[in-house]
Parts: sequence; C-alpha cells; structure tokens
Amino acid sequence: MSDTHARTVAFSRDTMLPPVPPPVRETGAVRWLRENLLGGPLNVALTVLSLVAIWWALSGFLPWAWRGIWDASSLTECRARRDELYGPGVPAACWAIIAERWPQLVFGFYPQSGYWRPPVALAVFLVAVMPVLFPSLPRRMLWLLPPAPFVIYWLLWGGSLWGPATVAAGFALGWGVWLLARRGGAGAGLALAAGVAAAALWWWWIAGPLAGTLARGVPLALQPVLSKDMGGFTLSFVIGLSAIVLSLPLGVLLALARRSEMPIISTVAVVYIEIIRGVPLIVWLFTAQLLLNYFLPRGTNFDLMLRVIIMVTLFAAAYLAEVIRGGLAALPKGQFEAADALGLGYWQSMRLVVLPQALKISIPGIVNTFIGLFKDTTLVAFIGMFDPIGLTGSIRATTAWNGIYWEPYVFIAIVFFVVCYAMSRYSIWLERRLEREHRPAT
Amino acid sequence: MTAIPDRAPPRFRAGDLLGDERWRGLTIQALALAALGLLGWFLISNLVANLAALGKPIDFSFLWRRAGYDINQRLIPYTSDDPHWRAAVVGMLNTLLVAVLGCIAATIFGVIAGVLRLSRNWLVSLLMAAYVEGFRNVPLVLWIIVTFSVLVHATPAPAAFRGEEAEASMLFGLVAITNRGTYLPRPVWGDGSALLLLVVALSVVAVWVWRRLARRRQEETGQPLPVLWVSLAILLVPPALAFLALGRPLSFDVPAVRETGIANFQGGIAVLNSFMALWLALSLYTGAFIAEIVRAGILSVSRGQTEAAYALGLRPGRTMRLVILPQALRVIVPPLISQFLNLTKNSSLAIAVGYMDIRATLGGITINQTGREFEGMLLLAGFYLTVSLVISGLMNVYNRRVAIKER
Repeated sequence: MSDTHARTVAFSRDTMLPPVPPPVRETGAVRWLRENLLGGPLNVALTVLSLVAIWWALSGFLPWAWRGIWDASSLTECRARRDELYGPGVPAACWAIIAERWPQLVFGFYPQSGYWRPPVALAVFLVAVMPVLFPSLPRRMLWLLPPAPFVIYWLLWGGSLWGPATVAAGFALGWGVWLLARRGGAGAGLALAAGVAAAALWWWWIAGPLAGTLARGVPLALQPVLSKDMGGFTLSFVIGLSAIVLSLPLGVLLALARRSEMPIISTVAVVYIEIIRGVPLIVWLFTAQLLLNYFLPRGTNFDLMLRVIIMVTLFAAAYLAEVIRGGLAALPKGQFEAADALGLGYWQSMRLVVLPQALKISIPGIVNTFIGLFKDTTLVAFIGMFDPIGLTGSIRATTAWNGIYWEPYVFIAIVFFVVCYAMSRYSIWLERRLEREHRPAT
Repeated sequence: MTAIPDRAPPRFRAGDLLGDERWRGLTIQALALAALGLLGWFLISNLVANLAALGKPIDFSFLWRRAGYDINQRLIPYTSDDPHWRAAVVGMLNTLLVAVLGCIAATIFGVIAGVLRLSRNWLVSLLMAAYVEGFRNVPLVLWIIVTFSVLVHATPAPAAFRGEEAEASMLFGLVAITNRGTYLPRPVWGDGSALLLLVVALSVVAVWVWRRLARRRQEETGQPLPVLWVSLAILLVPPALAFLALGRPLSFDVPAVRETGIANFQGGIAVLNSFMALWLALSLYTGAFIAEIVRAGILSVSRGQTEAAYALGLRPGRTMRLVILPQALRVIVPPLISQFLNLTKNSSLAIAVGYMDIRATLGGITINQTGREFEGMLLLAGFYLTVSLVISGLMNVYNRRVAIKER
C-alpha cells in the first residue's frame, strides 16, 4: 500500500506546517457579526428591521431628552427658553418640572421639615432586611429585624417614641414569658397562652399610662404626620413594602391551609383564594374605600391608608398562596414522608423540612408577585390617594405646569423600572445561588 | 410464647380532643368553623344594621329604574332612558370586547416576541428583551395613560387630513388615526351576502373534512395527502367565485374627512381613543408576559426531542408541528390562560382613560346615582368572579386532557 502511494504521489511533505491563524471571517468581530447579525437573508432582514426600529425610537427620544431644560418655573418659561436656545418648535424635554416638583413626587404633602424621615425609614428597612436577603451576612444582624417595624412606624408617622416603644415592649414581654414557660416545662399550648396573656395584660393596663408618663418625663417626639399627607413614592413604598412583608406569612398559611387534609380548613382556603383572585384589585380597593365601614360596628372609622394596606395584603396573600402551593406540590412526596418518619410533628416538619424547600422552589413566583404588588400600588390613585401617578394629575392642574405630560411619566416609569428590575435581578441571583447549593460536592 | 394481654381500650378523656391525632383534626375544624361563623355573623349583622340605619336595606330594584346617562360605546342599542341593568350589560359587553380583542393581540405580540427573543440574531433578541423588561417592570396604569396621551396629544387632528396636500395621510388609505379617535373601514353587506357567508362556512367545513380524510388515510396506509395547499384552495377559491358570481355583495365604507365645515371623519367605524389606548396598552403589557411564557415553553422541550425526530427522518416543519409544539404547548397553555384572566381583570383599569366598561357603568355611575354601593359592588365582583371561574374551569378541562398519562 505504501509502495503504491510512494510511486503515484510525486510530492509528499516531510515537515510540519506552522499553525495558521483561522480565516478572517471565522474570527473575532467578523465572525460574531456573521453569526449573530448577518447569517442568511432572514437574519439580515431582521437586523435591518431592528436597526430601523432602534433608530426610530432613539432618534425621537434621545435629542428630546438631551436638550431638556432643567431650570424654569413653569411650562411657558420652559418653552420660552427652548425657543431661545434651539428655535421654536424643536422638541425639547422640560425636566424643570422634575427639578421643581421632585419633593412633591417623592414625599407628597409630607411636612418639609421632615423630609429626612422617609429616606431614613427606608434605610432602616433595608438594613433590617439585609441579613434575610443575603445569607452571607452575620446571623447576629437578624436581631435588627424585630425592632425595625416600630422604628419605621415612629419615623414615618411621628409622635412620641414611647407609644411604639411600649407596644414593642409588650411583644418582648410576651416572648419572654413564653420562653420562661417553655424552660419551666410547660406544654406548647400553655406557654403560648401565657405569653399572649402577659402581652395582652401589658397592652391593656400598663402600656398606655406608661407611655404617657415617659413622654412627660423624657419627651422624645417627632412632629406627627397624618397618613393623608403622605404621597408620591413615599406612599407607594409604604403601601408596597408593608403589604410585601405582611402578605408573605399570610400566603404561607393559606397555602398550607389549602393543602390541609382537614376538609373544612381547605375548603375555606380555596373559597377565599378563588374569590380574591377572581376579582380585580381596583374593585377590592373601591370595596375598602366604600364598603369596609359597613361591615364594622356603627361609627367605626379608620385610616384609609391602613384600609388600603390591609386590602392589598389580603389580595397579595391569595396570589402568594397559589405560588407557594405550586412549590409545595413540586416537592417530592418522600420529603413529607421522611419528615413523618423522623417523628416530627406537623409544624416541625413544615418548618424544618417542607417549607424551606418549597419556598426555595417558589422564589421566582414570589418575587414576581411582589413586583406585581409594588406596581399595583399605583391603583390607589383611583381612590383619591396621591401616589406619583395621582400627583401628576394635580401638578398638571396648576397653572404653571398645565399641559405637561411626558416628563413626569418618564420620571415615574424610570423609578418603577429601577425598583422592579432590581427585584427581578435579585430573584435570579438568589435562584442561581440556591441551585449551586444543591450541586453535589465534588 | 406469652400471649400479649389485651389492653383495655383507653378511656376517652377530654384532653384527647387536642392531644390525640384522631380527634385533633375534628376539634380544630370545629373551632375554625365556629370562629368563621362568628366572624360572618358579626360582619353581616353589622352590614344589615348599618344599611338599615342609612335607610337603604339591601334591594336590587334599582336595576329596573331609568339610568339617565349616556354611554359613548355601545354594542347593543342603548339610550339614557334604558334601565340600569341594560347599562350594566352594555358595560359588560365593552369589558368583554376589550378583553377578547386584547387576548388575541397579546397572544400575537407575545408569540412573536418570545420566539424572536430566542433568535440567534443578537440585535433582535436584545430589542425583544428591552420590550419585555420595559413593559414588565413599569405599572400597567402608566402604560395605559401614556398610550392614551400619545393618541390624544401626538396624533394629527382630523383637520390635518384635509385638502389635496394634507399634512397627515391615512394608513394604507383605509385607516385614519386622529386625536379624536381611530376610523376604520366598515363592511357593507349587500344583497346575497348571506349566501356568501354560507359559502365561506361550507368551505371551512370542507377543509375540516379534508384534513380528517388525509389524516385517516395516512394512519391507514402511511401515504400523506397534501393538506396545506388543498386547504388553502378550498378556503379561497369557492368564496372568491361566489363573491364574483353574486355580483360583489360585500363592499367597504372607507371613512373620509369632511372637506367643509367642522373637520371630522364620516363613514366607517369610529373607535374611541380610550378603547384604542386600553386595548393597545393591555395587549402590549400582557404580550410581554406571554413572551416569557412562550420562551420558557420552547426552552422546556429538550434538544434531544428535536434530534430524535430528525433521526426518525421527520423534516423540520413536521418536527415542530408533531414533536416540539405538542410538548411546548403543555407548558405554555396553563400560564397563558392565566395571563388571559389577568388581562380581563386588568381591563378594569379602563378607569384611567374613561372607557365605559362594567366598572364604569355598573360600578361607577350607577352606584353614584342610586347610592347602592353594596349591591353594585356585589354584582360587579360577581361578574368578574363568574368570568374567572368559567375560564379557569375550561383550563382545568384542558389540563386534564393534555396531562402526561403516568403509568
């Protein structure tokens, strides 16, 4: 065979060729372009079409936004400055409305001297939830969590510090009594009853007078602010974040109730979830505004904002329950059985085995629900509260800014986008991290 | 062997109601039921007492009283002399109209965006990602208001369509988008159009029969019949022939601007800007969510399925139709339908642009005029609840049909 070869082939190379760089069209930017943008006629057409679309969108928006005028006190002044700078009729944004009205868009009618309070409250909230969101932080930081709601309440609504402080002391007392009773060998039910009773007695008899005395002795008070004075993004954040925090435990309970083996409990949960989910939020908000008082004893009346928070919480809890139920259903049956086999009781097996895994599976859905909830806070504009969208209406109603549309909308859209996008990125990050945890050790 | 002595059955003690697993469930349920009953009784007795004190006990007779307000978009005849219940039906139909058209458009947007986002073309997938993230992360209310503002403030007035050298021109010469509303051509049914419709219906039936025949033949003999071209021919040729033979019974009334007097459009179908804004914003917003569902559905079918189909000798079209789609649809359809449900409920945001849906008629003006908040809200919630339950019932039927048969 090799003989024949040697005879028929006139030349045969006996040295190795040096490696040659790949052809230009197969490397670097050219290859990327060919594979990603210009592969085949359909791809070229799509690329051209997208370029046209991008050009069309950006050529309208960017010059308009870039030429924006930042210092003016009314739309007429804005227009005059634009005519002076770029000539009449040239599209130019009037960002001056944001520059002038941003305190209102952010704080609503919050007293001006207290503008530092909502941001500080937000910071307290973020610091307190940090250890929950990022498990790599020291566990000791979890101790920041219990006092946070009282501090935030005090910062936002003001008044004497001693009111929220004595309420918090009641919780601490109840918890202490429960702990003591458990240490002393009391049953779970008895210990719980003792704790609740101690806290209730504290709130009923001691908290009020004590707060009064302390306030007279050490007057630590902030200027009180009414709920109706909160507006703008402060309102969105207060409603959104309270509902997020409150709806999660309720959602977990509802999901467990729906999967319960007790027929009455599961029926109640199903009926509740289906009714809440079957009716749009705006109808529930109108119900909170118009009808809630009818269902309470005559003469009862409480804060519209509180009513809205309750309604939004109840609403979001039904959606969360369905998401979490999906997580529970996705869990292999063996996990439940293994927990039973270990002799864990219902609540123990849920807390230690089932829920940690089920909640992990449902993280994307839970965060999506939270994003939806935060976006839905804009609906309160329709029941007469001044969230950012409600405020644009009242700002436009002033003579100075009559006729301005796009600039406030763009501003609000950007803020919502940043917050919601951050939430969805966080959920993706968390999902990846938890997935990694499950990888078998190598 | 020692016999295990029979233990006497333990005597029932009151503590067993909580301690014994056999009784605990019953105790808890009984307590829950009692608490629920108390709560219900508390709420309802308060309601009755409050309403009685206000002098308006629960009573639905207001529905038969004269409504006295106009509705600017009616799918059934309605005047302000009609009763409230008829106004509610008009609103209901308006809600259903925007919901159905919205679902159709959202599906189209969503499928296109979802497929294109998986495209290997970097620019296209980037553009689709921007669309999806932009719409998903900004409140729907804002989108509705912005769309409405665009339609009202950034489109030409009817006067701009006037004259030989008009500033604005109609889309394809058929559709006029103005700041007063959108004007579409309206079909005019002439004599014999009933016959034409009959021919169209018969063609559809014929296509269906042909597809069944082709499938049965393939299953029996393995020889496929041409389906696509024959279907197209059946669908197009007879109606076209009938159209010509009947003397063109169907024509279109194209809207035109009045050249003298007040400039406005005449003829055609006038669509309100509020409807257009709501419909567009709802479909674009829901489309962004559907795009993610479609993308997830396609990605959920493993690559091995495609390769296996190719190995069996199926061509790409058939692979898609017979192997990929049936599996992807099982993942896509349930969340898709819940998006349809969301769209229907979100149509109540019509309040942002003043579109007269059921929330605006029954849940708005009727309540304001009659002072019957409780009854009105109850009926409103009942309507939405019925729609939701019907749709989710249909979804359950579908799920049961496509569920993987586990053996």
